[in-house]
Amino acid sequence: MGLMTFKGGIHPYDGKELSKDKAIRELLPKGELVYPLSQHIGAPANPVVAVGDTVLRGQKIAEANGFVSAPIYSAVSGTVKAIEPRRVAVGDMVNAIVIESDGEMKEVDYVECEDVTTLSKEEIIGKIKEAGIVGMGGAGFPTHVKLSPKEPEKIEYIIANCAECEPYLTSDYRIMMEMPEKLVGGMRVVLQMFPNARGVFGVEDNKPDCIAKLKELVKDEPRMEVAELMTKYPQGGERQLIYAVTKRAINSKMLPADAGCIVDNVETLVEIYNAVVFGRPLINRIFTVTGNAVAEPQNYNVCVGTNYAELLEASGGFKGECKKIISGGPMMGFALFDINIPVTKTSSALLCMTKDEVSEYETTACINCGRCVEACPELLIPSRLADFAERGQSDMYEKWHGLECVECGSCSYVCPAKRPLAQSVKTMKKQVLAAKRKK
Amino acid sequence: MSDLYNVSSSPHVRSKDTSSRIMGLVILALLPTTLFGIYNFGIRALILILVTIASCVASEWVFEKIVHKKSTINDLSAVVTGLLLALNLPPTLPIWEAVLGGIFAIVIVKMMFGGLGQNFMNPALGARCFLLIAFAADMTNYVIDDYTGATPLAAMRNGEAVNTMDMLIGKTAGTIGETSAIAILIGAIILILTGIIDLRIPGTYILTFVIFIVIFGGHGFDWNYITAQLCGGGLMLGAFFMATDYVTSPITPNGKILFGICLGVLTGLFRMYGANAEGVSFAIILSNCLVPMIEKITIPRAFGIVKEGKKHE
Repeated sequence: MGLMTFKGGIHPYDGKELSKDKAIRELLPKGELVYPLSQHIGAPANPVVAVGDTVLRGQKIAEANGFVSAPIYSAVSGTVKAIEPRRVAVGDMVNAIVIESDGEMKEVDYVECEDVTTLSKEEIIGKIKEAGIVGMGGAGFPTHVKLSPKEPEKIEYIIANCAECEPYLTSDYRIMMEMPEKLVGGMRVVLQMFPNARGVFGVEDNKPDCIAKLKELVKDEPRMEVAELMTKYPQGGERQLIYAVTKRAINSKMLPADAGCIVDNVETLVEIYNAVVFGRPLINRIFTVTGNAVAEPQNYNVCVGTNYAELLEASGGFKGECKKIISGGPMMGFALFDINIPVTKTSSALLCMTKDEVSEYETTACINCGRCVEACPELLIPSRLADFAERGQSDMYEKWHGLECVECGSCSYVCPAKRPLAQSVKTMKKQVLAAKRKK
Repeated sequence: MSDLYNVSSSPHVRSKDTSSRIMGLVILALLPTTLFGIYNFGIRALILILVTIASCVASEWVFEKIVHKKSTINDLSAVVTGLLLALNLPPTLPIWEAVLGGIFAIVIVKMMFGGLGQNFMNPALGARCFLLIAFAADMTNYVIDDYTGATPLAAMRNGEAVNTMDMLIGKTAGTIGETSAIAILIGAIILILTGIIDLRIPGTYILTFVIFIVIFGGHGFDWNYITAQLCGGGLMLGAFFMATDYVTSPITPNGKILFGICLGVLTGLFRMYGANAEGVSFAIILSNCLVPMIEKITIPRAFGIVKEGKKHE
């Protein structure tokens, strides 16, 4: 049987060899930690501490504001220094709680769960919600919401997104190598809530060691299996992954649950395990510092709130002249103009490059070659959509299914004329959706 | 905030492919045909090729100078146009007519419509048709050295027998680049292997044409006749190098198939019932004009979008 995959996609240089074999290191933060109140999709959290309060590691500092929201916990012990707007990765200023660490890391006592199998579905969801878990692959959708579909009996697949198709990132890879038991444990907890579902670990075939490890672990788990996926970007895109595993296609108006699926990232499942079994909130995450402008690329277990600059310093600083800094991977990450931003629940990597390929190429005329069409995993015509976007033709944009764009960037990557196709298409998508909301 | 780094919207990496690299590969793929043309027709063919290319590149440069645009001759597309035009000319054509053809291709067909990517008609073929109408006698004069003048297609039309082996190799009368099916196929393989083209357009074009002539050709299913029709005239060169021109063919996957069918039917129609033995150039430029309509009816359904009316399986 051929490897599971989807139609379209690209094969960019993956750069994973820089950091793939670096075991996860603990990194203790110094100085101040910054907790933006909005590091998830949904309503920003409400602070429950005031300036001057002392907090412990694992103490709640902001509570969820409604169902689609998530609480935030301090990852260090120390004093609340300020609650003020701070810069985050996407460039905005977001209200944030600033905590001065006392360096002692005094921690809250967590309540462990003796026997998870006795927990009811509601109890599990409650624990996940209380732990502040959100999709850690980047989207940041509150996990308890995702795990509360309208018709839970119709969920047939819980898919662990172990593809890690984004170039350079190795945090999921290190988790699968170093703590696969926790990943499988997280899956076991989720499957307990969905009696009709199977657990599938979707791993790209460029990680044969992970596939072997997971296969060994699920050998005696009748409800779990490992799916080997073709190495291709964006294999880890939610719709593409669901299609690869189940051959069910969903569009922008559908949820994975409509196809009987729930997709969770590797690290999200590990955090579910930590929350339900050990009662620990989400306060740390695995983070990759990499790129050819970094002296020693590394993978870290880092406190949420840590400044990116500290991570860079721990990795030996810059090597050569750094032209571009990216939070996340090169395909969907955010370029930073300033490195002083905090690690949030959804930050996956700091990528520093000595070359800015985007500014090196000049945009030329579209020659209608159709490479963007071949690359588009959503089977769109990106060059036309970009034209409509540039001319502001929202009706044509919708007619050519522009709203289905998943913003993976494959079209811009392949374009021989170096047109910023994805940028135009994404911008128009935001405008069209905003106009729809207004109506 | 003394250090500000470059920012841009994602993605932050780009493939190495560029438009000029693509054009370069097309030129490479045309080399077997070009070299065979020179070997077959002699130094005259070489001169025509060089003159036509020079005329195209110079026209583009001068036009852009006049309208104060940045020069785009480095993208090599004018070289491709010049080379393709030359390959579509008889080796006997007066030099000044070839120069005029080059100017027409670039200035009228390409630049007037906005330059690279904006022309709706293949510039080389637009110019060829212009020359065919303006200088009908010169454009159909194939008398050179060993060849008495009748192209295989014209000979077949008159009921004469043709040697299909000669046609495959290319030892026949014709335009500089159309005679050798083998040389063209070598180029086509280069284009396919380097991912420049796929078989959607040339495949459906040739298949439709074969079906058309089997039904309407009056020879039934006769391998000799089919091979001769396929290798004769500009069909091979047109199918692989000109119908596949990115700018003037549909971008939608199904549109490419529909475009190929249009080409096959029109070529068959022109060859069987037209006044001329040849029909490829006209079929392609006519189909070029249909591209906007073809695209309109072949907008692909996006991933996960179910056909109306089939919503619930």
